[in-house]
Amino acid sequence: MNTVTLTVKKQPELYLECENVNPDAFAGKKADAIAKLGAFQGKEISTLGDYFTITGEAGATAADTKIVVNGDCTKMKYLGAKMTAGEMIVNSACDMYTGSWMKGGKLTVNGDVHSFCGLALAGGEFTINGNAGNYLGAAYRGDWRGMSGGVLRVKGNAGSDVASFMIGGEMIIGGDVDIHLGTHMEGGKIILKGNANRRVGGQMVKGEIYVFGKINVMMPGYKPVGEVELTVDGTKAKFTEFIGDLGERHPKKKGETVYGKLYMKQ
Amino acid sequence: MSEFIIKNGHVFDPVQGIKGDKKDIAVKDGKIVDKVGSSAKVIDAKDKTVMAGALEVHAHVAGPKVNAGRWYRPEDKHFDSHKKPGITRIEGGKSIPTVFKTGYEYARLGFTFAMEAAMPPLYARHVHEEIHDTPIIDEAALPVFGNNWFILEYLKNHEVENTAAYISWILRQTKGYGVKCVNPGGTEAWAWGLNCLTIHDPVPYFEITPAEIIKGLIEANEYLGLPHSMHLHQNDLGNPGNYKTTIDSLKLAEGIKATNKFGREQVLHSTHLQFHSYKGTNWGDFESGAKEVMDYVNKQKNLTIDTGNVTLDETTTMTADGPFEHHLHGLNHLKWFNVDVELETAAGIVPFIYDPNNAVFASQWAVGLEIALYAKDPMRCFITTDHPNAGPFTRYPRVYSWLMSKKCRDERLNSFKKADKVISATNLAGLDREITLYELAQMTRAGPAKCLGLSQDYGGLKPGMNADIAIYNINPDKFPSGGAEIEKAFANVAYLFKDGKICVEGGKVVDMGHKKTFWVDAKVNENKQVMHDVREKFLRYYSVNENNYPVPESYAPHQHIIGVDATKA
Repeated sequence: MNTVTLTVKKQPELYLECENVNPDAFAGKKADAIAKLGAFQGKEISTLGDYFTITGEAGATAADTKIVVNGDCTKMKYLGAKMTAGEMIVNSACDMYTGSWMKGGKLTVNGDVHSFCGLALAGGEFTINGNAGNYLGAAYRGDWRGMSGGVLRVKGNAGSDVASFMIGGEMIIGGDVDIHLGTHMEGGKIILKGNANRRVGGQMVKGEIYVFGKINVMMPGYKPVGEVELTVDGTKAKFTEFIGDLGERHPKKKGETVYGKLYMKQ
Repeated sequence: MSEFIIKNGHVFDPVQGIKGDKKDIAVKDGKIVDKVGSSAKVIDAKDKTVMAGALEVHAHVAGPKVNAGRWYRPEDKHFDSHKKPGITRIEGGKSIPTVFKTGYEYARLGFTFAMEAAMPPLYARHVHEEIHDTPIIDEAALPVFGNNWFILEYLKNHEVENTAAYISWILRQTKGYGVKCVNPGGTEAWAWGLNCLTIHDPVPYFEITPAEIIKGLIEANEYLGLPHSMHLHQNDLGNPGNYKTTIDSLKLAEGIKATNKFGREQVLHSTHLQFHSYKGTNWGDFESGAKEVMDYVNKQKNLTIDTGNVTLDETTTMTADGPFEHHLHGLNHLKWFNVDVELETAAGIVPFIYDPNNAVFASQWAVGLEIALYAKDPMRCFITTDHPNAGPFTRYPRVYSWLMSKKCRDERLNSFKKADKVISATNLAGLDREITLYELAQMTRAGPAKCLGLSQDYGGLKPGMNADIAIYNINPDKFPSGGAEIEKAFANVAYLFKDGKICVEGGKVVDMGHKKTFWVDAKVNENKQVMHDVREKFLRYYSVNENNYPVPESYAPHQHIIGVDATKA
C-alpha cells in the first residue's frame, strides 16, 4: 500500500470542498497530479496544491492507497467522502460531510467532526476519535435514505439528530447524545454508551437501539416487553427490552408485526 | 434584425408535408420567409435534421407546487447542481429543476414552448413569476377548473353560459390559457376524505358527477371557442382496471364539434394517458389496457392525447389530484406534501422511484410506449412524460430512442429483471412500429401546435410562421442505430432559433432570447349573475380580497395575448 501525505499549508478564506481528497480520486496519481485536482472554495475553483503540501504517491487502485492528512482541517469539507476502498487518516478536526456516502475502506479522524458527517454511510469503517456534531450518519437534508451499512464509531459525544433515517449498519457512540436519536429508523443498530437527552427512536419502524446510560425523557410510544441478557459491543449486561414507536406504521413478517427495539441497560 | 439562411438540411415539416427533403429555410425579422438577401448569415445544415421548435403540451414547470417540490426535496439537487461555462447560471435539480435549468434544458432539446399544465388560480401570481424567470422558451399556463366551487354550482344546473363567463373571467384574472380539469370532482371530494373513482361517483355536498363536470367544461370551452380544448386529467389515475373509466370519460366528447377560429379540431385533450390505461383488478394481475384505449382514440377524430411516458427514474410526482398523492404515499411511505387551495383545487407531492426491477413500473414503461405506437394519427398523439410525474422532461431523447428504434426498446424490455412478467402483461414485445422523424415532428411540433390552437404561427416551417427552429445532428440517411447516439443527438441541438435568433449553438446556450407569456383574453357578454357570485364568494369564503386576486401586468411583462370574441348577439 502506498501512502500520500497531505499537509495543510494555507487556510481557505471560506471553506474548502475537498471532494477530491479520498483514495478513489488519488488512485494511480503521483504527487504533482494530485496537486492539480480541483477544490471549490465558494463558487471559485482552485487546486489541492494551493492548500496542501503533497508528498508520496498513490497506489494503482483506491484499495492500494493510504492518505494521511496533517495540519488544521477545521475548514475542510468532504474529506474521505464517497471513498470506496483504501485507508485515510486525518490528524485534525474537520468540517461537514467528512466520510459521507462512504462505500468502503477505512477512515479515521483523530479529532472532532462537525455536523452532517458520515451521511448515508453505506459501507467501510469510519472512526472518529473525538466528538461529532449533529446529523451524524443521518440522511442528507430531505432524503430518506440514511446510513445503510458499515461501522461508524465515535469515541466522544455526538449532537442531535444522530442516525436519522438509518436503514442498516452499526453505529457506536462512546459518549452522550442530545435529542432525536434514530428518528425514522428502519433498520441497523445504534449502541449508545452514554446518556441521551430526549426523543430516542421517534417514528422508528425497525432496527435496534442499545442505551447504556439514561434517557432524560422517554418517548411515549415505547412499551416494555421484558428483560434480556445480551453481549453488546463486548459488554455483557441485563437490558430492559422495549418495542416501538407504537405511533408509527410497522411491517409484518411471517404474520408477526415487526417493531423497533430499544434496549435500556439495567 | 438579422437574416439567416439554413442551407442543405433535411427538413421535416408536417405543415407543408416535407419529409426529409433537402431544402433551405430563410429567416428574417423573426419569421420564416421565402427568401433573404445575399448578406444573410449562412447556417450549414448539411447532414442535419431541421424541424420547427418543439411544443410541450403538458408539463409541471412553474408555480407553487413545483416550487414546493423544490424546497422539500433538497436531495434532488445536491449531487446535480452545476455551473456550465458560458452565460448560463447554476443549473440545479433533476426532477424539479430550477426555472433557469428548465429553460436551458428545453432549449437544448429543441423546444421553444412549454405549457404549465396546472395553475391554481389563487396562486397564479407565483406561476407567472416563475414563467417570467424561465429563459428562452415561450410559456403559458392552464388554470384548473374541475373542482372549482363556481363550476360545480353552475354545472350542477347545466348553466353553460355562466360557466363560460366565469372561465373568461378567470382567464383574464390569472392570465391563463385554457381549461384544465384534474380528477373532476375527486379533488373536492378529497376535502371530505373521499374520491371520485368513476365518472358517476357523486361529489359530496355539490351533488354533481364527474361526467357532468367534464361534459359541461367541454361545452363551455366550445361556447367560448378557445384556442385549446378542454384539457383533462381523468378520474381514477394510476389504478388497475381504470381503462374503462378512461373510455367512459372519452365517450363524453362524442358528437361535440370543435368551434373555434384557430384550426383546432379536437374538443377534448386527454393527458398522460399511460396512467389511465390499465387492466386487471390489482397490482398482481395488472395488464396493459393501451390497445383498448387507443382503439377508441383512433376512431374518434375529436380527441387528442399525450402519452405520459415512464422513464424509469427517481422523480417527484405532483398533481392537483390530492387523493391520488395520498394513495401514493401509502404505497411508498415517502414524504407527502398536501395543500388545499380554498374554493378552487388542491395539490399533493410525493417523491417516487420507478425502479426497473419492479414488474409494475416496468409495465407502466411499456404501456406508455404502446400508447404512442398504437396511435394511428400522430397529429393527435403527443409525447410527454407528464414532467415530472412519469419522469423528467430531460429524458425525452431516451423516450424518442425507445419509440424510434425497436432494437433500443427491446434491449430495455428484455433486460428487465422481471422481463417475462412485463412481456406477458403488455403488448410491447409484439409491436414492430418505429416512429419516423416525420412522425416525431407531428407528435412534438405540428400536432401540439394545432391542439393548442397555435398552428397559425408555430409548429411548422412555412414562410410567414414564427422562426422557432431546431437543427439536430442527425443525418436521416444514416439514422443512428444505438440508443446512446440517438439520445445524444436529441439532447443537444446543433442550433436552436427562437424568434429568429440563435439561442443554442452546439448544445450550448448562447442567448436568453425574448421569451413571452401566452394567454387568452376571451370576451363574453356582461354577466351580472357571475359577477354577483364572484363578489359574494370573495366576501364570504376567500382569504384574499377580490382586488388582490388578479395577476398584475408587471408579473407578465412580455405578453402574447390571443383574443377571442365570444360575445353573442
